Amino acid sequence: MTVPNHNDSFPILSVLIFSPLAAAVVTAAIRSENLLRWWTLLATTAIALFSLPLYGRFDCTTADFQFVEHASWIPALKINYSLGVDGISLLLVLLTTLIMPLCVLCSWRYIQTRAKEFMICLLIMETAMIGVFCALDFILFFVFWEAMLIPMALLIGIWGGPRRIYASLKFFIYTMSGSVLLLVAIIALHLKVGSFSIPDMMGRGFAPEFQCWIFLAFFISFAIKVPMFPFHTWLPAAHVEAPTAGSVLLASILLKMGTYGFLRFSLPITPHATHVFMPYILCLSVVAILYGGLTALAQNDLKKLVAYSSVSHMGFATLGIFALNMAGVEGAILQMINHGVTTGALFIIVGIIYERLHTRDLGEAAGLGKYMPVFAMFVGVFSLSSLAFPGTNSFIGEFLVLCGGFAVSKTMVVCAVPGVVIAAAYMLRMLQKVAWGGANNPDQSHLTDLNVREILTLTPLLVFVFWIGLQPQPFTRVMHASVQRLLEQVK
Amino acid sequence: MDDVTGLLWRILAGPLCAAVVIVLICRRSPFYADFSPVMERSAGAVIAIAFLLGSTWFAWMALDAVKTGNVTTSPTYRFIDVGDLEVNVNWSLDRLSVMMAMIVCVVSLCIFVYSVGYMHGDPGINRFFAKLSFFVFSMLGIVFSGNLVMMFVFWELVGVSSYLLIGYWYQRPAAAEAGKKAFIVNRIGDFGFLLGILLVWNVTGSVDFTDIRNYLKAHPAEVSGGVLTIPALLIFCGAVGKSAQLPLHVWLPDAMEGPTPVSALIHAATMVAAGVYMLCRVSFLVFASPAAMDVIAWIGGLTALLSAVIACQQNDIKRILAYSTLSQLGYMVMAVGLSVPQVNGYMPAMFHLSTHAFFKSLLFLSAGSVIIAFHHAEQDIWKMGGLWKKMPITTACFTVGLLALTGFPGLSGFFSKETILGLARERNEDLFTLATVTAGFTSFYMFRALFVAFLGQPRSEAAGKVKESPWVVLGPLVALAILSVIGGYTWMGIPGWLVGDKGLSEAPAGTNVLLLAMLAFVMGLALAVVFYLCGPAEDPVKTKFPFLHRILWNKFGFDEFYLALVKYVQGGLAALCELVDRWVIAGAGVRGTAGVAQTLGKMLQLFQTGGLQTYAFLFAAGLVIILYYVVTQ
Repeated sequence: MTVPNHNDSFPILSVLIFSPLAAAVVTAAIRSENLLRWWTLLATTAIALFSLPLYGRFDCTTADFQFVEHASWIPALKINYSLGVDGISLLLVLLTTLIMPLCVLCSWRYIQTRAKEFMICLLIMETAMIGVFCALDFILFFVFWEAMLIPMALLIGIWGGPRRIYASLKFFIYTMSGSVLLLVAIIALHLKVGSFSIPDMMGRGFAPEFQCWIFLAFFISFAIKVPMFPFHTWLPAAHVEAPTAGSVLLASILLKMGTYGFLRFSLPITPHATHVFMPYILCLSVVAILYGGLTALAQNDLKKLVAYSSVSHMGFATLGIFALNMAGVEGAILQMINHGVTTGALFIIVGIIYERLHTRDLGEAAGLGKYMPVFAMFVGVFSLSSLAFPGTNSFIGEFLVLCGGFAVSKTMVVCAVPGVVIAAAYMLRMLQKVAWGGANNPDQSHLTDLNVREILTLTPLLVFVFWIGLQPQPFTRVMHASVQRLLEQVK
Repeated sequence: MDDVTGLLWRILAGPLCAAVVIVLICRRSPFYADFSPVMERSAGAVIAIAFLLGSTWFAWMALDAVKTGNVTTSPTYRFIDVGDLEVNVNWSLDRLSVMMAMIVCVVSLCIFVYSVGYMHGDPGINRFFAKLSFFVFSMLGIVFSGNLVMMFVFWELVGVSSYLLIGYWYQRPAAAEAGKKAFIVNRIGDFGFLLGILLVWNVTGSVDFTDIRNYLKAHPAEVSGGVLTIPALLIFCGAVGKSAQLPLHVWLPDAMEGPTPVSALIHAATMVAAGVYMLCRVSFLVFASPAAMDVIAWIGGLTALLSAVIACQQNDIKRILAYSTLSQLGYMVMAVGLSVPQVNGYMPAMFHLSTHAFFKSLLFLSAGSVIIAFHHAEQDIWKMGGLWKKMPITTACFTVGLLALTGFPGLSGFFSKETILGLARERNEDLFTLATVTAGFTSFYMFRALFVAFLGQPRSEAAGKVKESPWVVLGPLVALAILSVIGGYTWMGIPGWLVGDKGLSEAPAGTNVLLLAMLAFVMGLALAVVFYLCGPAEDPVKTKFPFLHRILWNKFGFDEFYLALVKYVQGGLAALCELVDRWVIAGAGVRGTAGVAQTLGKMLQLFQTGGLQTYAFLFAAGLVIILYYVVTQ
């Protein structure tokens, strides 16, 4: 390990990772469905609260990994159990713990069959997701990475829509094929370095050709997760079929695994190759921004619309990462968080519509504003956030990304900025239909406005929309040191 | 040096607090059950006006503070600080911003009071006042922004609040569409603005107005030779969107779908003026590039002429005024493009902006008063007529506004317009001709509206039954009429305010200019008299020059062109992406891969017959082959 642990000796990360698993074990023993929901909510909320000290005790002045834990796991293969967070992963861990209680809340009525198994899946997901962001050993990382796959495929395949098996299979095969390449890259790196420790592999200066191959293996694996154009087709399918909570997890956390992978592995381990491939990836990002936006414009299924908008938003994230400068990378990390908050909220909103109307068609789900004014307010705010409206979170992220991109290639940014106009077009189209509706929208007078549970689900995300939008410093502050080091490594 | 940051916060906080308070308490609630009807009907207006009065008072104090000496503001907090990019929340406080804030506050105040009468009985009146207050807040934000990013933030806030206000009657599809159109067209302008900000940051290393100005002063060599032309023009794009200049002017006439006070607010003092104000605020950037200034001047001049021509054949009273606004904004933008930095810089533009704020809101509110008299059912001037007998005060106010707009000597518009014409005369003869012709058209279409709608005999049954509006409507009209008359005189303070002690009298408006302008005015008036004073039942231009009428009626086809563009290009691209996604990537790419894998699997399946003989045969054959190789090697 490069650095000693200077925070304290309490294994907070292990506790965070394994308490959802423990909660899942308890869940298995609960009979009553109601109790089940309350218990899962309590457990996830407690974990969310428990994760807050991570931020409070995080030392922003150092780029080193913090809250580090280290233990020998399989000594024969030099595989260790080692955990730690830095400025790049900290916010993602917090985002995960924040999103989980909301997932439970938005599934409260939505999931009527096999509720117990559903909750267990959610909790196992949480363990795996936190694990991915905290792992500092490649094998440990890979274990969590794969562990995430199964509950997610189950979430889609069991509680999903009519074509759930197809979507689940597609998701599984796509991600799996990426994972295989990732595993090959890990083994290749192990053969060179002789250890699986992630920090050990950073900044090694491998041979250029070797770097390129490793980079490509990483790239395909992570690009599928992001998903980058043209690896994105699993996303609309998975989103459309997944239950609300599944979509939220997918959009808010799982997509971040890809961009996190770029930041954690591609950039510091293969800096030379990063520079070689940078122009192409910037191009793909710009294509994703425009293509995702334009495709979103043509959608009538609300979930597909939001799914394609994700492709566009994540395009901004990859654009920022591969701008390889301070503004770009920090903007990209912020954009990852923002996308988690905003798109998660939009999927919850689509779920709310679906629970009431059993449709996601833009034509039939029109004109809800009159009977659901509170709901319309939430739709309005999150749509504005999604189109990067100043004062909301996405504006800061996209603005930083554009600043960063501008320093690298003006042409790219000029091509990417129309994406912002397109975003306004598709989001306003959705907002206008859903909130106000056309002249011939169906009668929605039987609808009831949001109940307390639904308001509670959306409010935390609303708070973050404005918090990040108006006062982003607390969020960017924690990244500075780590991003600085990352950029030095990649230079 | 006084630190007046607190004062600024109070000016800004007024309308924002009003919006929040109205949203929170103006509803039916068990806590104050007895007051609920009051709260639902009129509390919103009272709260909004009270808070705005507060802001106006603080703006007045700020005016005083700027007058008496040097004031300064301190940055409140760091907004973004990443790498080379540093954005603070800081404010501009100088004559320009305080002046503008004062205009915004005063005009908004008149409009707020007026809205009480205009929106009387509307079920959503509280929502209306909340949105109105929020709009004023965003506008004041633009005025006081101390850097480009802050300005962009408030810029977009103005965009979204105008979207909400234009679409206020969201039950009408046209209103909802107009709101969306305004927002998206503005966003196209903002696309340039955003790139402009990035470029300026790239060139000067800062987004702060003071820093940029200092940088330009300190590094004259690095910013010469047109380095700033593209950034300046990109920032101008933002102004083109907001101030509705060619070719992004299409949203403004449609925005008439909103309630009339909204039109007055958006078209007179605030939203559209924001573009011109922004150009003045970044004038140091614009002035650094003569090429950019030329483009700006010409776009302004062409917008002025084109929209004045279109206004000549509109029949909706609000649309006539909308095109007139476009035309006057064209004057202001042209003035920015023609300004002489060494003499009085952007002052002519700001001067016209301020007088225009008064007389244009006066005109809109008078038109609104007429619309009230028609019970919100009629806006076509050919269905009006003879209103002067029944509505003398409204007619008088409209006439005052009209005379100010057309530059009748002695009224405010006269001074500001002469200043711009004088400037044009000195700087660019072509633009001077263009502007003078525009002035002629202006007087033609305005007198046309007056003669057809207010004079003569009633043209419809409804027009015979109109009543003068109540005093809550007329009061603001009279106040604005007074301001429109006196707004141009130096003792009023506005011109003096803008240039300090120098005064605008030094502006080079020679007798020639004056004569030509008067000639244009009289020509327009004479034409209008010939065509319309006799009280024709139908527009004589329409019957005598049908071709001309059709072109103008279709507004030179901009809307149709854009619609086609959106439909075929953007819609086509979107459909193409969708097709590519469905058939090429998902179809050929993904299914193709799956298909190849399946076919391979099927081929291998052929060997898995399950028959023991086959396996034994293959085993033996393999063994023979291996043996053969071993032996021959």
